[in-house]
Amino acid sequence: MQIDKLTQGVLKVIDNGTFKQEGAYNLRYNGQPLCHGDSEHVKIKSKTDKNGIDVYIDGDTKGEQVHIPVVVTASGMTDVVYNDFYIADGAEVVIVAGCGIHNAGCDSTRHDGIHSFHVGKGANVRYEEKHYGEGEGTGERILNPVTKIYIGEDSVFTLDTAQIKGVDSSVRETDIIMEAGAKLYVTERLMTHDHQNAVSNMEIQMNGEGSSAKIASRSVAKGTSSQTFHPKAIGNAACHAHVQCDSIIMDHAEVCSIPEINARHIDASIIHEAAIGRINNDQLIKLRTLGMTEEEAEAVIVDAFLD
Amino acid sequence: MLQVKNLSYEVIENGQKLRIIDDISFDVADGEMLVITGPNGGGKSTMASLLMGIKPQTSGQIILDGEDITDFDIDHRAKAGLGFAFQQPPRFKGMTVKHLLQLSSGGELSEDESCKLLSNVGLCAMEYLDRQVDSTLSGGEMKRIEIATAFSKPHKLCIFDEPEAGIDLWSFSMLVQQFEAIHKEKKESIVIISHQERIIQMADRIMIIRDGKVEKIGTKEEVMPALLEGEGEAGCKYMKN
Repeated sequence: MQIDKLTQGVLKVIDNGTFKQEGAYNLRYNGQPLCHGDSEHVKIKSKTDKNGIDVYIDGDTKGEQVHIPVVVTASGMTDVVYNDFYIADGAEVVIVAGCGIHNAGCDSTRHDGIHSFHVGKGANVRYEEKHYGEGEGTGERILNPVTKIYIGEDSVFTLDTAQIKGVDSSVRETDIIMEAGAKLYVTERLMTHDHQNAVSNMEIQMNGEGSSAKIASRSVAKGTSSQTFHPKAIGNAACHAHVQCDSIIMDHAEVCSIPEINARHIDASIIHEAAIGRINNDQLIKLRTLGMTEEEAEAVIVDAFLD
Repeated sequence: MLQVKNLSYEVIENGQKLRIIDDISFDVADGEMLVITGPNGGGKSTMASLLMGIKPQTSGQIILDGEDITDFDIDHRAKAGLGFAFQQPPRFKGMTVKHLLQLSSGGELSEDESCKLLSNVGLCAMEYLDRQVDSTLSGGEMKRIEIATAFSKPHKLCIFDEPEAGIDLWSFSMLVQQFEAIHKEKKESIVIISHQERIIQMADRIMIIRDGKVEKIGTKEEVMPALLEGEGEAGCKYMKN
């Protein structure tokens, strides 16, 4: 299948330039599946009752990557997609699911990706999701992802999400349920600029004994943009969670961080750390002593912070 | 050659004009090592900041190799050939040691080059290159990385603000060897703010700053006796009386 240059450009950003029509993959383009492939251990089936795919990852999957990028270039389109992932016991897989909007028109373009993960026992899953917007149009670029994750006993789930730039509005909802011995690692990176608005709500239910979660959220708010973070960690068993939210605030932006930790078991240990602040002046001075202008130093600090 | 002419720095505190650096003049010749020492609060670190443009001088003139850099800001002074190692270097969340060394050297560094820079300050490249320059590093580790950034590229003149502070004895010996090696090559002028006798002993000339003024400047032979004489003066002079 030939992919046009505009789509290729967006794919390069959201899929780390690694998208190939090989192995297990599914490219969704303007609300339609454009091309897809299966592998020996990963089968992708289109849903028959609604938009979206079911991805079946068998227990013999070891170190395989599944790429399911979404590109929307039609101005004025609202695309809602339901993707379900069934990950068998013992599978080891990396799922790359970026979404990019190119809006050249004056109407809003919106993509809502509703993803559900059903992870069996003893599996190891890494899920990467990059969100990005571009285009010379005045129409808004809106992304509202919903991610529901069930992590079975002794499984490891790594969630790596990044909103790079160009997304005018996003409301992210993430719900996670963890069984005994399950481990969760979340890295969330977010950059907003101009008049953009981003909300990220996350609820983690640690139901199983020995479950642990480490959540690191880093964000940069520029211009007059606003961000709200509300991670909520609930310990229903002997478990451990560490939530850390760090934000750099610039210009006239606004960042709101709402910590919520809830222990319902005597052996639940939950920590939340949150910090919001401007770029440290000592950091700027240090980089300027290396020959950078203030603007160059700022860009280096922001890029490193979100890297 | 660095020429500092009648440099002064004033601040307003509680409505009162306070002179932190008071009409200081000195030169640093090409390849020379000048060690600035003196009591705490005397103005040494302020002097270093004025040279790098981190604090704005109230009056005076700074000339580097014939170019008047008095009105240059920090990055222009860096581009003109000045280097600076901070007494308390800042931490950067998300930035790796490797990235910081690349930024300080002004380009891509090979693994061998990075390894050499870190080894010279007593750190193992394998262990440190991919670590972040954040609060996971100790004060001593931060300090050694800071010094490695200053050594990562040649300067006309490099300023080190208390390089020995927070460094263990073993690393301090390596640091002294580094200064000796650079000093021996005579390619770079070095200004070191220090209280350490071993560093002071390396100097071509020593300058004592007290109360914002140059109390004495000269060779080791000229200045050391005065320094040693002052050794017993710790504490409050009024109590002694």
